[in-house]
Amino acid sequence: KGSNEESAPSVSANSIKITDITQDGETLTFAITSQKSSSSAGVCVFRTYEDFDWLQQSLLSQEDVPGLLGVIFPPLPGKPLPSTSFTQAKALKQFGFLALGDEWKIYCKALELYLQQVAAHTTLSKSKALSSFFSSTESPGKHRGKKGIFKRLSHVMEEMRKEGHKDVDKFFQSERDSCTHLSVLFKVSTEKFLDTVLTKQKLAVACGHFSTSLHLVCNHDNPAAVTFSKICLKLSDIIEAVKVNFEKVSDNDVSSMGLALDLESRYQEAKKEMLFRRTCKLVELEAANRNSERAKPNKKAIMEGVQKATQKEFNLISSVAKKEIEQYHRARVSVLRDFLVSWCEKQLSTAQETSALFSQHLEACRGFVV
Amino acid sequence: MLIKNCEPLVRAHIEAQVSLSAQTIACDGMNAYMAYKVTTKTSLNLFNRNEFTVKRRFSDFLGLHSKLASKYLHIGYIVPPAPEKSIVGMTKVKVGKEDLSSAEFVEKRRSALERYLMRTVNHPALLKDPDVIQFLESTELPRAVSTQALSGAGILRMVNKAAEAVNKMTIKMNESDAWFEEKQQQFENLDVQLRKLHASVESLVCHRKELSVNTASFAKSAAMLGNSEDHTALSRALSQLAEVEEKIDQLHQEQAYADFYLFSELLGDYVRLITAGVFDHRMKTWSKWQDAQVMLQRKREAEAKLQYANKPDKLQQAKEEIKEWEAKVQQGERDFEQISKNIRREVGRFEKQRVKDFKVVIIKYLESLVHTQQQLIKYWEAFLPEAKAIA
Repeated sequence: KGSNEESAPSVSANSIKITDITQDGETLTFAITSQKSSSSAGVCVFRTYEDFDWLQQSLLSQEDVPGLLGVIFPPLPGKPLPSTSFTQAKALKQFGFLALGDEWKIYCKALELYLQQVAAHTTLSKSKALSSFFSSTESPGKHRGKKGIFKRLSHVMEEMRKEGHKDVDKFFQSERDSCTHLSVLFKVSTEKFLDTVLTKQKLAVACGHFSTSLHLVCNHDNPAAVTFSKICLKLSDIIEAVKVNFEKVSDNDVSSMGLALDLESRYQEAKKEMLFRRTCKLVELEAANRNSERAKPNKKAIMEGVQKATQKEFNLISSVAKKEIEQYHRARVSVLRDFLVSWCEKQLSTAQETSALFSQHLEACRGFVV
Repeated sequence: MLIKNCEPLVRAHIEAQVSLSAQTIACDGMNAYMAYKVTTKTSLNLFNRNEFTVKRRFSDFLGLHSKLASKYLHIGYIVPPAPEKSIVGMTKVKVGKEDLSSAEFVEKRRSALERYLMRTVNHPALLKDPDVIQFLESTELPRAVSTQALSGAGILRMVNKAAEAVNKMTIKMNESDAWFEEKQQQFENLDVQLRKLHASVESLVCHRKELSVNTASFAKSAAMLGNSEDHTALSRALSQLAEVEEKIDQLHQEQAYADFYLFSELLGDYVRLITAGVFDHRMKTWSKWQDAQVMLQRKREAEAKLQYANKPDKLQQAKEEIKEWEAKVQQGERDFEQISKNIRREVGRFEKQRVKDFKVVIIKYLESLVHTQQQLIKYWEAFLPEAKAIA
């Protein structure tokens, strides 16, 4: 009955790529290619953000998946606002690093990672919604299913009290504590890193102005003036090279370290949400225990029934959660490693290119006859 | 730090080289002041020795400039402008706090004074001037009085007043020499261009300093991450990352200094050089010559009238006045030709020197850029194995 043991082969996570993006007015459409793990035939589908949102909601509201509440759901990036209706500043505030980069490059990468993460997840990869997402010719988001009924972290006072509720398990208490602490630190680092990237972009623009102004110094009156004009043009080329370097460096920053920090922040939020769901269940369980103890004889049986069911749910959630957390820690380190290595290699390569270019300029200038 | 070391930024003739170092001097328990040791190395016979050092105060430099300006500006020499009292850039953008005791301020001033002296000594006529020789050589120098009006800004005000006065007279100079008309226009254009360039560079310096602050801030946050991270190898890598970023911050600061000391100051110097107003002085000289001619004409007319007036004393006086004014007219013409000749020569020298100055600065700048990239390569190469070691 609606079991996940379908014979339909699952999508290979590594094969998922977002290959193209088109904009039509306010709507963005993503072209996604993928392969089933059993075949080498590629499939291409076109999806809008609504479809991604539908997918996430479907995953969240799956029935008959035991302990679903204990799953750390891969975080979906927020809804993209088309460039016609927002300013750069607003986009930065909302999306941070995902707002940077030409033509949604970074945002697409984040979406791609999301799909890969879902497809790689032991439980979620089996969902019918996922396979429908990758194969259905129709846009699945058009038929809105029911929304997830999960509690999201909100600022309601009652919710905040629950968040601080003391745990019965040392492992989970320590996870909750470190999660809060680390997520604050990561948020701060992300902001600071974003500041450095934005300043580098400002520097690139300033170099552009400087380089252009040098072109205006143009005079062919006499030999000395001609030489001076030549020197100014030479300097203009050099400053242009400085500008290009800044652009490359900040590009490298955004596409590796920036994306890594953004992903890490959002995944920590997802983990936090899962832990909160479990905590809520704990609160519910403790309430059920109290009710069961205090129940009048005529209600006792019912209350005990509720207590038993809640206990069972809680145990399931906790056991799923524990596995999820362990998987999370492994995956997280691996992802950060890959991004750090990629960032370092990119910056090293850019520095080597730029160094060679500046050295060439230096030799040319030294040989410049005045 | 790259360019704080002694190599002068203005290339001199082989004949004389000047370098400055700064030192604070406490004076009789009253206020301490800054003195500069001026060291000259020369092979010229004008000087008693080949290498010598004297101590000078900022006001001494202003005093020297005011003497040179009063002697040479009006005959068409491009006298190097006096060093600025304030270090606020021409765009009035405060690049950092103006702290008079800060190391940054001292270095900016020292560098400005050094460039000023080098430019002065570079000028073949000025090098031989007795005031310059005295300034470089003699142990004691009479204190310059009331330096308020003598500061760069003060001189500028004086010159501008003169220029305004000239403009108010609405001199319609019959420019027989197209060269001057063109050159004046070029200098005006150059002034506009240089100011624009200067503004660009100040913006660059400002952003680089901002980048340095942001990088340091990020480095701190990365260090905190490293401390809180449970996974050992990841924690280590994050701490290493923090160190790399700190080093990069240092590079940004050095590069900002290079931007500033090389370009910003050079461009500023040249703008001030151009606004010294030689062309205005030539106009004034021409105007004086024309006025003398007008006066001579009047005297001749007066004499002609007196021919029929039978006043022999007055006639004699009129004839003498004519002689006087004829001489003045001749002098006026000579002065005008002289200043025109001087300006042509000075402008030629200026244009040649400009190319040399810029070339020196560009090469130094490129050297600093190459150095920065090579340091970055070192840092990233060192970090890569740390990142790869995360298991």
